[in-house]
Amino acid sequence: MPVLVGVVGSGNLEVMLEPHGGSTCTIDITTSARGFGPIWEAVVHDFQARHRLAGIAVSINDMGATPAVVSLRLDQAAAALPLGSKSISGAPT
Amino acid sequence: MSQANGRWNQQAQGRAQRLGRAAAVLGARLHGKRVLAEDATKLLEAVLEPGDRVCLEGNNQKQADFLARALTQLNPAQVHDLHMVQSVLALPEHLDVFESGIASKLDFSFSGPQSARLAKLVSGGQIQIGAIHTYLELFSRYFVDLTPRVSLVCAQASDAHGNLFTGPNTEDTPAIVEATAFKSGIVIAQVNELVDTVARVDIPGDWVDFVILAPKPNVIEPLFTRDPAQISEIQVLMAMMAIKGIYAEYGVQRLNHGIGFDTAAIELLLPTYAESLGLKGKICSHWALNPHPALIPAIEAGWVESVHSFGSELGMENYIRARPDVFFTGADGSLRSNRALCQAAGHYACDMFIGSTLQIDLNGHSSTATLGRIAGFGGAPNMGADARGRRHATPAWLKAGAQARQGRTGVSAMPRGQKLVVQIVETFREHMQPAFVEKLDAWQLAEQAHMDIPPVMIYGDDVTHILTEEGIANLLLCRTDEEREQAIRGVAGYTPVGLARDRHMVENLRDRGIIQRAEDIAIDKRDATRSLLAARNMRDLVRASGGLYDPPKRFRNW
Repeated sequence: MPVLVGVVGSGNLEVMLEPHGGSTCTIDITTSARGFGPIWEAVVHDFQARHRLAGIAVSINDMGATPAVVSLRLDQAAAALPLGSKSISGAPT
Repeated sequence: MSQANGRWNQQAQGRAQRLGRAAAVLGARLHGKRVLAEDATKLLEAVLEPGDRVCLEGNNQKQADFLARALTQLNPAQVHDLHMVQSVLALPEHLDVFESGIASKLDFSFSGPQSARLAKLVSGGQIQIGAIHTYLELFSRYFVDLTPRVSLVCAQASDAHGNLFTGPNTEDTPAIVEATAFKSGIVIAQVNELVDTVARVDIPGDWVDFVILAPKPNVIEPLFTRDPAQISEIQVLMAMMAIKGIYAEYGVQRLNHGIGFDTAAIELLLPTYAESLGLKGKICSHWALNPHPALIPAIEAGWVESVHSFGSELGMENYIRARPDVFFTGADGSLRSNRALCQAAGHYACDMFIGSTLQIDLNGHSSTATLGRIAGFGGAPNMGADARGRRHATPAWLKAGAQARQGRTGVSAMPRGQKLVVQIVETFREHMQPAFVEKLDAWQLAEQAHMDIPPVMIYGDDVTHILTEEGIANLLLCRTDEEREQAIRGVAGYTPVGLARDRHMVENLRDRGIIQRAEDIAIDKRDATRSLLAARNMRDLVRASGGLYDPPKRFRNW
């Protein structure tokens, strides 16, 4: 079952978590904001360090959310996952 | 009884001369203390002299706008170089008098709406700023070295004796009039109505020299109304962390809130989230606060015992009138506010101040100064400073003091409390402006405007906690400058300041409880939704008040 949190609206974003075959966690980001690459990298790196997801595909549809909102949505989505999805074997990709 | 005379009563003699000139100019058009609106400029020309110190009542909320306009009509060849001493520069007229040369020197507290123009006039040499003050500091100087010669104040109504009824927005008026009237100055009041008997006497008539019925009611701003519809989920999350990580932790009963959405969110979470934590009766019972509409649900749920106010808030009149056990009210039923006394109350009798800011540096100094604007401070520094003269103890004050002193020796070993001063900020403001910076803009502004010191709103050594969406940094527990810097970086999120943290040291601070994340205090981020707000829009606030709250038109969005 995929997990979907957030809304598509200015300053907000949608985060979807889906199971996928394999032991890695993939993160796909769609955003119109330019020039924030290093911040995105830091945000998803910290997210993965907190939750260590494995076998999960993360899709982010961003509408200009601040890093605060992005982190909140990611954490809300991860908290909604069934327990088995978290594993110490996951590594950021 | 000996009479002062000669060189010892020159101020009284000056006053008599000024009153004599006014009587001569106005003649039969002067009825007792009553002056016609069309004679206002004539009256001002008669009583003012070049170089006079003048207090034009520019408050946070109500404005002596008619007298402000009359002042701009003076002939600068006759009245010039006035020294304006007023708490707030809110109206264009407050600066017009400097452009025309009627005034040249300024001592003030806050200039929010006029801050950009003020900066221009200062750099153009048209205004010489004495100093930028906090409210209480400026009022104090009215009684020491900035006593007004003439004060132009604002009230709701006057009777024939000049007794003034201010209505709920008493604000600065008592401090201004007391300083002026008892130092042989002249007090002129604009009023919205002339009545036979005032509803209550806020200013005794024998402290007032002239009363003018203004053609229009005075201007007043609803500065403290925050539409709950605009509160974000991040603000809900931060409010949850504030309540659980600080209010509950210290048992904060007596407090002041800033005016932002962050603190409005806290007010709206009291009857919901805080109630679910069993905190009712344990926190937030006594307030130094304007009548924030966002506090209505908490009041209705029985959380609030007492609220003393700096000023009132438009639309709250009937609600206040119906809740006299909570608010300070007169025999007429309406609110009695008093900015000077409420500032003193917030400074000495509150255990906590929590408010937002624009910039925080690596030492925790906090500033709202931005380049090209001279905005001043208002009251935040009085609230957001440890009261060094405080001697009574409360659990919250003692706990903060104990944390700051734990393990210290020498002069710091003496048991003593400390005020909780919390800065609540999102790490990025709008347009991705970082709230955390290496160096405050205040330094550059000080250079541009030739200030003696950078305009810092809250000094780092008064700040006890910094709360962001990333967590809470407890600065009371830091023992070195380095720990303090890393504690601040450790809640600075993805700002350049936050990204440059020493990760190892930040994790160490977290292990020691100096930094706390939401998960460290068992907050589930899934609970951080707007449905936790006791009111989610203006209509909910009206409903919570039982229809007593009557929001100004611009907030009636349903």
